[in-house]
Amino acid sequence: MNIFDTVGVASYIIVSGILFTIGLFGVFANRKNLIVILMSIELMLLSANLNLIAFSSTFGNLTGQIMVMFSLTVAAAETAIGLAIIMVFYRNRRSVEVQDTMVMKG
Amino acid sequence: MTPIILFYIFAIILLLSAIMVVSVRNSVHAALFLILAFCNAAGLFMLAGAEFLAVLLVAIYAGAVMVLFMFIVMTMQTELVQLKEGVQRYMPVGCVIAFILIIEFILIAIHWKVDPKIINQFSNSPLQHISNTKALGNILYTHYVLLFQICGLILLVAMIGAIVLTLHKNPNNRRQNIAKQHRREPNQSLEVHDVPLNKSIKDIGGFIRPKETYYGVTQEDSFGPKPGDKSDITEKRQQREQIK
Repeated sequence: MNIFDTVGVASYIIVSGILFTIGLFGVFANRKNLIVILMSIELMLLSANLNLIAFSSTFGNLTGQIMVMFSLTVAAAETAIGLAIIMVFYRNRRSVEVQDTMVMKG
Repeated sequence: MTPIILFYIFAIILLLSAIMVVSVRNSVHAALFLILAFCNAAGLFMLAGAEFLAVLLVAIYAGAVMVLFMFIVMTMQTELVQLKEGVQRYMPVGCVIAFILIIEFILIAIHWKVDPKIINQFSNSPLQHISNTKALGNILYTHYVLLFQICGLILLVAMIGAIVLTLHKNPNNRRQNIAKQHRREPNQSLEVHDVPLNKSIKDIGGFIRPKETYYGVTQEDSFGPKPGDKSDITEKRQQREQIK
């Protein structure tokens, strides 16, 4: 039983496209909180992973799933570094607002 | 029939919780909605036949990364920020870009085609015989060993970077200067008193260990301010509370 015989890979692409758009919109619309921008980037990475898995299962080729594993690793590293930078910024400025990042000297 | 219903349930909850992540005001609520989004994405992975990655997504994201997010969000006492004029200023640009992007994505999703020759070339189709996890392991440890090791290197660099970024000199941390600690002699740090009968150590001058020796063996600024020092940490703390 394969999901792509019934729903089709197009549904997966549409879902991941909408998810990517929501993430991008979050980056644009949110000017108050740096942490929410990081969460939006996580959503965009998730949509890319969804696309890779959909095509990998459609063509019966596991390389896409391997790539998803690597992108998960890189996303985890990126989140850790980003949160560390935000933590240092908060310690210096006592805020996490985007407007306050205009001056980047400690 | 059931997979279709499950697909639509997972997809709708995923998209709704993603919308809540970017639109909700409280960061803690946004993080919780992001956990919900990741769990539903794991459901979609499972439907597509990637069981191992579904479990991995829940374990890494909902388990580790989101705990990190919640920790950071709750460490910073940001007041509940209201939607202010900054949001309205950038809202039109965001709306236009999102609209164009979503039209493009839907057009791609409807109209894409694959060359049938390439499909036959691609499919190595090991999914029928062995489990997903076993097949992934077979490929990962044969064809992609070097990429796997580079992944480990990336994680190492990320770990060192995060530690270096967040480590800072707190005057209250007591850190030893190991070289000085090994080099010192007993008579630098110990005073031996002859205590007469019926007298306490207080009567002949107090400390057994002279307190100044601590500043010799600890790292600079790591044993609090020196006794006569002007930059007393209690004064700084009082100043900070006055500012608040």
